[in-house]
Amino acid sequence: MTARMDNKFAALKAEGRPALVTYFMGGDPDYDTSLAIMKALPEAGADVIELGAPFSDPMADGPAIQLAGQRALKNGHSLKKTLDMARDFRKSDDTTPIVIMGYYNPIYIYGVDRFIDDALEAGIDGLIVVDLPAEMDDELCIPARRKDINFIRLTTPTTDEKRLPKVLTNTSGFVYYVSMTGITGSALPDPSKIAGAVERIKKSTDLPVCVGFGVKTAEHARLIGASADGVVVGTAIVNQVATSLDKEGRATADTVQSVATFVRGLATGVRSARLVAAE
Amino acid sequence: MNQTPKPNSFRSGPDEDGRFGIFGGRFVAETLMPLILDLQAEWEKAKTDPEFQAELQHLNTHYTGRPSPLYFAERLTAELGGAKIYFKRDELNHTGSHKINNCLGQILLAKRMGKTRIIAETGAGQHGVASATVAARFGLPCVVYMGATDVERQAPNVFRMKLLGAEVRPVTTGHGTLKDAMNEALRDWVTNVDDTYYLIGTAAGPHPYPELVREFQSVIGKETREQMMAAEGRLPDMLVAAVGGGSNAIGLFHPFLDDESVRIVGVEAGGKGLDGEEHCASLTAGSPGVLHGNRTYLLQDGDGQIKEGHSISAGLDYPGIGPEHSWLKDIGRVEYVPIMDDEALAAFQMLTRTEGIIPALEPSHALAEVIKRAPKMDKDQIIVMNLCGRGDKDIFTVGKILGMGL
Repeated sequence: MTARMDNKFAALKAEGRPALVTYFMGGDPDYDTSLAIMKALPEAGADVIELGAPFSDPMADGPAIQLAGQRALKNGHSLKKTLDMARDFRKSDDTTPIVIMGYYNPIYIYGVDRFIDDALEAGIDGLIVVDLPAEMDDELCIPARRKDINFIRLTTPTTDEKRLPKVLTNTSGFVYYVSMTGITGSALPDPSKIAGAVERIKKSTDLPVCVGFGVKTAEHARLIGASADGVVVGTAIVNQVATSLDKEGRATADTVQSVATFVRGLATGVRSARLVAAE
Repeated sequence: MNQTPKPNSFRSGPDEDGRFGIFGGRFVAETLMPLILDLQAEWEKAKTDPEFQAELQHLNTHYTGRPSPLYFAERLTAELGGAKIYFKRDELNHTGSHKINNCLGQILLAKRMGKTRIIAETGAGQHGVASATVAARFGLPCVVYMGATDVERQAPNVFRMKLLGAEVRPVTTGHGTLKDAMNEALRDWVTNVDDTYYLIGTAAGPHPYPELVREFQSVIGKETREQMMAAEGRLPDMLVAAVGGGSNAIGLFHPFLDDESVRIVGVEAGGKGLDGEEHCASLTAGSPGVLHGNRTYLLQDGDGQIKEGHSISAGLDYPGIGPEHSWLKDIGRVEYVPIMDDEALAAFQMLTRTEGIIPALEPSHALAEVIKRAPKMDKDQIIVMNLCGRGDKDIFTVGKILGMGL
């Protein structure tokens, strides 16, 4: 549903602060723990949730997210269960936008039309599909947009001025600027360069621009949030899950709490971002 | 599913979006998209540039040793008692397989594009060795990603790559085979976009790779055509080649696709049998899906998660296949069949003893199919099989299975 996303960004704009967009891997390490993490995110200060859908071959992800996906799959997670999780979450939260982030093959095998219908019904607001560039819009982007699901596109440092309009054409919800050439979880580049890139993108679109890849701390979130409309944190959250597990890779009493505490810190970061910018 | 209409020619693909029917395409992260478009632009220029073609041909002749012979296997033919069997002997190429054909073409492209660093993935190590070889020849640093399992079972090739100055990075994610090596190479490429050229080893991946690898490998089929006309004055009745990703096969097949009289057979790795999980027969036992930049037949579960394949041959150990083969299967132009590990092993031994040629385990699969078919064919019929690699790298694997002390 596109309205939920638009309302959220409008409200944040009125509030005068950037969005905290939090990624976690659905089903990591198990369904119930993962659902508890999802439910804890808005309360801890997350504005938008990226629900990771695991894939056996996550080519754009670093080791942390690869391993999280392997843990989820090993415990029997699937795209169907990812949708179930969103549906369960919606029972108690009807305002936080949910974006499914993953790779195309599980959706293709699920069946594109069936997936879009089920995603809508489950309360999904947007999709980020890493391996569907603008050239492949007929596959999923256009059918999803037709049914009122956002298709959020990644733009990267290699997306030059000439290419940017093509990338933005069918994008909706927000634009996800990837801060670097690389995989998730790499080191964050110079925030001033990122600010310049965000400014360039904003000249070509009225959509909010959120920045991700490499954002690991509240301080990063504060710096990036000074110029961006949103800050995406993924690997650092996934790492909180990983370090809380026992030797067999099972959730412990700390798992949900450590994610919530970490996200609370990030939320402080984004909430102070514009104070810095105003100085 | 889209219906694939029968085309006027089987040789006109891919279309401008890199599609062979529903297969192929460009399923890559946005970071890589501009790189792939750059490569396509350079490739479009190079393929009609006489200077590029001349340089490649010069290297093919003087560095690789092309044309490779088309050899009439007289004793094997007599032994099987049916069709005449010819081998296209790409195992005699420099570096010991057909992989060098593609590597030379691509490194010339890399040079034209001003790239200064080469990365490659490898399974059996044949493509890794060929990549390391051309990188040495052109003075470029080379990083080869290789599954940790393959590093272990293909030790001689790892050593060769290191001697050639390449850095071999073992990949431990997944099951540590070719699929995982390809994931890791893509991660490298997405990180090092400015200086790095990704030298893909088979006719798969995002457009334009399936097309350009096919074009570089088509030298096999073009030579075969001429050599067959010289030897027999006519085209062969049947072509047989092993398919892993499918580059040696498409190289042999493509120049013959519009010759209706030529039956074409691709041989997949049936591993320990198609009933279980331990095989790599993506065309026979898989279904269409999207992986590594293209839509093609894949081994996958009901949730679209990619399975691990198995083959006695590390070079066939990949759960996918080049997109053009997927299209050729669906349209019915090429027949694809599985051969089991033990059949390939028996063929390996038979060729060694009857012709004094030690084949790689990959073409041993093709040979096993020839051994099945030749006796059922007339003596005036002709089969050409692509003997795409030599077996030096496999002697330890085979020795172990046969219980021979080395």
